[in-house]
Amino acid sequence: MSFFQSDFFLNLVPCCVVALLLFAIWRAGKQPLWAEAYRRLRRNKVAIFALVIIGLYGTLALLESLGTTDKASQTRITLLDRIAQKTGALAVQERYYSAPLATMTTGEANPQPLKAPGQHLLGTDGVGNDVLLQTLKGARTAFLIGGGTLLISTPLALLFGLMAGYYGKWQDDLIQYIYGVLASIPTILLLIALILVLGRGPVQICVALGITSWVGLCRLTRGETLKHRDREYVRGAKALGVSDFGILTRHILPNLLPVVIISLTLGFSGLVLQESILAYLGLGVGGNIGSWGNMIDAARDELAREPVIWWNLTSASVALFILVLAFNFLGDALRDAIDPRLRS
Amino acid sequence: MLRYVIRRILLAIPTLIGVLLLTFFLFFGLKNPEVIARQNLGKNPTQAQIQQWLADHGYDKPLAEQLKRSTVDMLLFNFGQSDTTGEEIKERIKKGAGPSLTIQAIIFATGLTIAILIAVLVAYFRGTYVDRFGTLLTVVLISIVYVTYIIGLQYYLGKRLQYGPVWGFNREAGLAKFILIPVVIGVVAGIGASIRLYRTFLLDEINQDYVRTARAKGVPEGTVLLRHVLKNAMIPILTTTVATIPTLILGGLLLENFFGIPGLGGYLIDAITNLDFAVVRAMVFLGTLLTLIGYILTDIAYALVDPRVRLE
Amino acid sequence: MASENAPLLQVKNLRTYFNTPRGTAKAVDGVSFTLERGKTLAIVGESGCGKSMTALSILQLVPEPAGYIEDGRILFEGRDLLDLTWEQMRAVRGKDIAMIFQEPMTSLNPVYTIGYQIREAMLIHGKEAGAAQARALDLLRRVGLSDPEQALRQYPHELSGGMRQRVMIAIALANRPKVLIADEPTTALDVTVQAQILALIRELQEETGMSVLLITHDLGIVAEVADDVCVMYAGQVVESAPTRDLFHDPQHPYTKGLFASLPARNRRGQDLATLEGVVPDSTNWPKACRFAPRCPFRWQECDTIPPIPNPPASDRPVRCHLYNPAIPGRPDASTVRKEEEARGLAVLPSHDDAPAPASQKDAEVGR
Repeated sequence: MSFFQSDFFLNLVPCCVVALLLFAIWRAGKQPLWAEAYRRLRRNKVAIFALVIIGLYGTLALLESLGTTDKASQTRITLLDRIAQKTGALAVQERYYSAPLATMTTGEANPQPLKAPGQHLLGTDGVGNDVLLQTLKGARTAFLIGGGTLLISTPLALLFGLMAGYYGKWQDDLIQYIYGVLASIPTILLLIALILVLGRGPVQICVALGITSWVGLCRLTRGETLKHRDREYVRGAKALGVSDFGILTRHILPNLLPVVIISLTLGFSGLVLQESILAYLGLGVGGNIGSWGNMIDAARDELAREPVIWWNLTSASVALFILVLAFNFLGDALRDAIDPRLRS
Repeated sequence: MLRYVIRRILLAIPTLIGVLLLTFFLFFGLKNPEVIARQNLGKNPTQAQIQQWLADHGYDKPLAEQLKRSTVDMLLFNFGQSDTTGEEIKERIKKGAGPSLTIQAIIFATGLTIAILIAVLVAYFRGTYVDRFGTLLTVVLISIVYVTYIIGLQYYLGKRLQYGPVWGFNREAGLAKFILIPVVIGVVAGIGASIRLYRTFLLDEINQDYVRTARAKGVPEGTVLLRHVLKNAMIPILTTTVATIPTLILGGLLLENFFGIPGLGGYLIDAITNLDFAVVRAMVFLGTLLTLIGYILTDIAYALVDPRVRLE
Repeated sequence: MASENAPLLQVKNLRTYFNTPRGTAKAVDGVSFTLERGKTLAIVGESGCGKSMTALSILQLVPEPAGYIEDGRILFEGRDLLDLTWEQMRAVRGKDIAMIFQEPMTSLNPVYTIGYQIREAMLIHGKEAGAAQARALDLLRRVGLSDPEQALRQYPHELSGGMRQRVMIAIALANRPKVLIADEPTTALDVTVQAQILALIRELQEETGMSVLLITHDLGIVAEVADDVCVMYAGQVVESAPTRDLFHDPQHPYTKGLFASLPARNRRGQDLATLEGVVPDSTNWPKACRFAPRCPFRWQECDTIPPIPNPPASDRPVRCHLYNPAIPGRPDASTVRKEEEARGLAVLPSHDDAPAPASQKDAEVGR
């Protein structure tokens, strides 16, 4: 278990996700089946814009994932930290809250001057960290949770969905029963139960979210497989003696990819949102990992202060909002591009 | 009809049993009760203390007894006592159910009505700027996290505009006043996804042949939408309303916690903070039961709306 | 205004376009025809030729917002339907002009009873409820449903396709319309049921004196019921004539091709001729003659000069250079005939009442 808790493993996840994304885009451009969809997507300015945004967040996540541990202080210094150190106030540690672009701290009995007055674009938080830098760092957690969960849930969903749809009979009954049971427990309650049992931490959250989120994709895969199972080309392949495994992976699966990709894109944004809700319930990634959920959670107390500390909440919410919005727009654009039938 | 209902109820039983077995496995198979005891007893408890705690909370009994406790007793609504406070869970749930259900029922009904109305409006203006704006707005609405809605709107509506108290729940002092802001937040937070979904259902129906027939008969466009399209679209809309139950439960959790409403949501949040597994178990069971009842009600409503569903 | 002598329905130069991702699709591009009182006019053509869109354009039911009527006039009893307000047009639909569709399985609303759907047609045009109920029952009896009382209470899914199409006809006839537009009314039905439905339409037409605009791809149906025929190709009418004349003497190469591709008694044992190629893309029709790419007689001018609708060498509107002496480079009559014989186009369909091929007429073509 300790390997899975190690920074190395955790940093591998965002890297894998980014690599997979790039690979998918590269492949999609080459395959004739996708060429038409790809062309349509490229003409869609919103989609391109969304892709650029996601690319930016992905880069941030990557920069925050790659780094070295400083021997002397035993703290991790990531590439993002190094860049921040070179760009003025981002890495300057203040002593307390300060409003955006303020010169003095806020909320103390006797406000103190800042080390980098007027240079913290989004202010600083309770321990004096620059909020902008903290917000940028949150991208890693978002990709870690979103990507890690999808890495767990997608193979599970595809495997069970294909099996249920292709074989039918008892396999189908069993798999339908399993996801029927899971789907009848309200997601948030199941998540709470799972995380309470598994414990807190990024990996546990991914596992818990994976268990709750594979059902939707599995149901979709099963339905689509069912549709393709009786098509001529599958019967043809069967008649030629292609094995079940061959039919599933080489004939049916490629046909499912469009729906799967749309569902994954839209699913990712849902997962990022759930992370912040879990953080709010005290079931998040934990205090020592910077995340937008933690920042929003902290805002509960901050809004009750006088003067109101609003910049922490706003920054995290906006950062989260933009990423989720980009994924939602991309998902819609993909759906329009891949499946014109669904276009209104 | 009665036979149909009974059959639907019978079909839900295996699922319920599955859920009970799953929770049993989670809480007694994966989680060692001793860990629970340690978590509850604070720093460095002695072995005797742990044994005492396990005995007090019924965790020392054999596994078969535990299985009965987490299945049969649940079905009989004998939830036992809280792990932390020793309070009867059933009593606490009875007390909390009122406020929770009141608020969530209002949110559900209001949200459904408003979402359908807006979706019809957007569908009526399909292809125009109203439609584009509506679609854009729904995407924006679903991209904002629930917590931000709560914190932001509570601050804005409650503290800035002073539309209502931001804390508490008092029947004598006028219920409407206390639930206004939570209800507004609950509706706004959930409405984007519903409108988006209902719009596609309506547009699917608008392109059907029978709509063309209605128009060829000379039926006015408004009547076409409300009488022909909406009634058909109600079939998928009804089937997806169950899907809003988890959102309602989530809303209940967050809203009640944030507005100090003494409901089930607040109770569960306390249980999470205190690692009160007995309460969490009971709540998971109740949530599932609610969802299954929701499924059954949906199927009944479905049969009432769609003449093609055979009741036999 | 509405004079008794004016034709009942006259469509002039109708253009219905669609905005598609690939450009403007000119589905209907300058169609004109006239429907006389009490007569049946058939519009024939392959799928995608714009015949259904022509029919939908008359009632202004073109799928919006992609489709729109770009230009033209639709004169009903002398009044241009395109000048009417939305509300005035609504009053015409189902009252003066009614329509039935190709897909009886999906054209009825699944969640309402048959009775409701027939009554609704009358109620929205101001009939009083009791009378509507009585007439609904009467209509169902008239269109030949075996148990009309029960049918009133039934839902569409409880009826067969043929029965549903009868219900559609009952709905269309509810307000005694002057024009019935029937868009492929029998295509989705079994052959035996097809004949019944056609017979029913003809019977009802005789009874009520309404005109019928029949949209079909089936020349057999045309021969059976139509008084006049318009042949459509690629958004245009390429030939129009009284049915008898058209069957005796098809003039446009496309019409000839259609007939030649029909199985016929006097050609048993021969291969059926087929029209080569496919209907061109409606966003990019051929510049001059739209049939030219598939035409066996095509010569250079066919690709450069658009044919006029009424060439002097023909007794009827036929959009082809073969009948226009003003066009240079026309093949002479014997070449045309040889080509026709080689491709099996000279042979005419043999319906029981259709006479032998009229090849003298063909000879005149090249005169």
